[in-house]
Amino acid sequence: MSHPTFLGMPPFPEAAKEALANTQQRANLAKATATIRDKRARAVAEMPDWEHLRLAGAAVKDTVLTRLPELLEQLEERVTAAGGVVHWAADAAQANAIVADIVKAHDGREVVKVKSMATQEIELNNALAAHGIDVWETDLAELIVQLGHDLPSHILVPAIHRNRSEIRDIFVEEMGKVGRPAPDGIGDEPAALAEAARLHLREKFLRAKVAVSGGNFAIAETGTVVVLESEGNGRMCLTLPQVLVTVLGIEKLLPTWADLEVFMQLLPRSSTAERMNPYTSMWTGVTPGDGPQEFHLVLLDNGRTGTLADPTGRQALRCIRCSACLNVCPVYERTGGRAYGSAYPGPIGAILTPQLRGINQHPVDAQTASLPFASSPCGACFEVCPVRIDIPDVLVHLRAKVVEHKRGHLGTEGAVMAAMRATFTSPRRLGAAQRLGALGARVVGRRGRLRLRGPFWISAWFGTRDLPAPPGQSFRAWWRKQHDRS
Amino acid sequence: MRVGLFVTCFNDTLFPQVGRATVSVLERLGVRVEFPEAQTCCGQMHFNSGYRPECVPLVRRFADVFAGYEAVVTPSASCAAMVRHYHHVVDPAVAVPKVYELCEYLIDVLNVTDVGAHFPHTVAFHATCHSQRLLHIGDRPRRLLEAVDGLDLRPLAHPAECCGFGGTFSVKNPDTSTAMGIDKVADIRGTGAEVLASADTSCLMHIGGLMSRQGNPMRILHLAEILAATK
Repeated sequence: MSHPTFLGMPPFPEAAKEALANTQQRANLAKATATIRDKRARAVAEMPDWEHLRLAGAAVKDTVLTRLPELLEQLEERVTAAGGVVHWAADAAQANAIVADIVKAHDGREVVKVKSMATQEIELNNALAAHGIDVWETDLAELIVQLGHDLPSHILVPAIHRNRSEIRDIFVEEMGKVGRPAPDGIGDEPAALAEAARLHLREKFLRAKVAVSGGNFAIAETGTVVVLESEGNGRMCLTLPQVLVTVLGIEKLLPTWADLEVFMQLLPRSSTAERMNPYTSMWTGVTPGDGPQEFHLVLLDNGRTGTLADPTGRQALRCIRCSACLNVCPVYERTGGRAYGSAYPGPIGAILTPQLRGINQHPVDAQTASLPFASSPCGACFEVCPVRIDIPDVLVHLRAKVVEHKRGHLGTEGAVMAAMRATFTSPRRLGAAQRLGALGARVVGRRGRLRLRGPFWISAWFGTRDLPAPPGQSFRAWWRKQHDRS
Repeated sequence: MRVGLFVTCFNDTLFPQVGRATVSVLERLGVRVEFPEAQTCCGQMHFNSGYRPECVPLVRRFADVFAGYEAVVTPSASCAAMVRHYHHVVDPAVAVPKVYELCEYLIDVLNVTDVGAHFPHTVAFHATCHSQRLLHIGDRPRRLLEAVDGLDLRPLAHPAECCGFGGTFSVKNPDTSTAMGIDKVADIRGTGAEVLASADTSCLMHIGGLMSRQGNPMRILHLAEILAATK
């Protein structure tokens, strides 16, 4: 089956405009994000040491980023010693080629997949489809997205933009085309939908020879990979097939098992608002007679070392993909995730995607360049981030990168900014501009308000808003008059 | 204590009554306020929009203009946050003056919550993002408003949610900004208050602009204007 792509999507403002017009999606998102936001707040409030855990999480991740080369070599050594095969992929194309070669060397026809952000990032499904390999998403929400020929819109709940009646329709329409059809007369109760998915997926679990996963963590001291999930479908993929391929971003390392303890507290409460994660799978290489007998670990760079080179931006690599920042973001809540044009939506996507695409090194395309501006930035994301990524700080840092790359081609915006700079570097010029503005307002103002038509930011503001007419006397003019008199 | 008023370019130009109210409140409490006329802008718009080099002279000018003052008071939480959190990011060598947002100065320095104001109206207060998440002024505005004679404060259902202004976000992403603002307007109207107030006129300009366009404007005041009101 074909898979949609994020490639070629319009810049954020345009994509957002389209998404905002989708009233069903907005209702679904508002309901879902409000629910999960409140649940998370309650789960976190139970923890008296939450702020200390956040500090610990950030510190562990920063240590990993500082010691990355030696920890990666240690991981490679331990995984190899435990019977696994380690591959190094500099970019998406290399990673995809490595996975395709492994699949073709075995069954060659199909793979089952554990929910994974790294494989979404490299659009592995499209790459495998090009080799004639069928890819079956087995996470319930990823299955809904895949069957709906859709793109994910959330890191944790990729089908958050769908409600249950839409999901029922997708199952009825699509399941039969790729396997066991949905039961006749199926309703839209969550239990019935889950049972349909269970029956549909079961035959794929039992048949597939190769599974592909990502990883939440990899513990360098033992070479153990860790996957957290809620459904148990991931565990089916991780245990039943003969061959397991894990695609892991190089920043996912932890030095020791003791470090994992911090994240086993931070991640479930931040993501699903659960006190404890339901299914935690951990494996170290290959265990004879138990689980996959061939294990490949693909270590993925794909822009991560470029991100690491930026002292302000590198904190984005602390991310543990919990989605807390999405759920509290007022922009995300209204536009949904697909408007961000990348596997990583929401506030974290706005700082991670541009860096993975090289914004720290070179100019980027217009869609990527629009992402750091896709935020008010209200700061709610930083408050909830379990690893204390100061997303607003990184956003304004990346905005400066965008402007730096565009120097000489900043157009109207650059001219406005230069004019404002000139005005603000001289109180005399500021006073003159104020008098001119007041005069203009007397000409075009109506009952103390302005409603203008014009190009660029004028139409952007006045499309939906009025402006109070500037008063006849600025503050500085008033002050001078007062103090000249006295 | 030598106190300088940083009125902000925004209030200076568009909302001079906010500057006058700030002077009035401070003088009533016995503070002699100076207004150094060489002041212009804190550079927030340039900084937040990515124009760092343009921001440098503004940050340096700010430090020069306010160098002799023990306290700089400003009726803008977002400009206070810009100075406190980002001026040293723009220029690490700059000596950043000690800046207080008005509520901070009244409560933390003057130790006053009852400023002697009289304002017999129902009021909804919009706690702006920069005031809460960068300055952490917390319940200071509420304490000041609750001490105002006759004032009836009406809480919002979603007080922590952004109004969607966001500086140039409002014009770079006008559709999203408007969608956020319209929800904020509905929340404010739901309080049934006669007056909307805040510690930042910029957010108020956005919210008020939407209300005006809806054909249903509301009386909108900066917190300083309420605190300046007397019998």
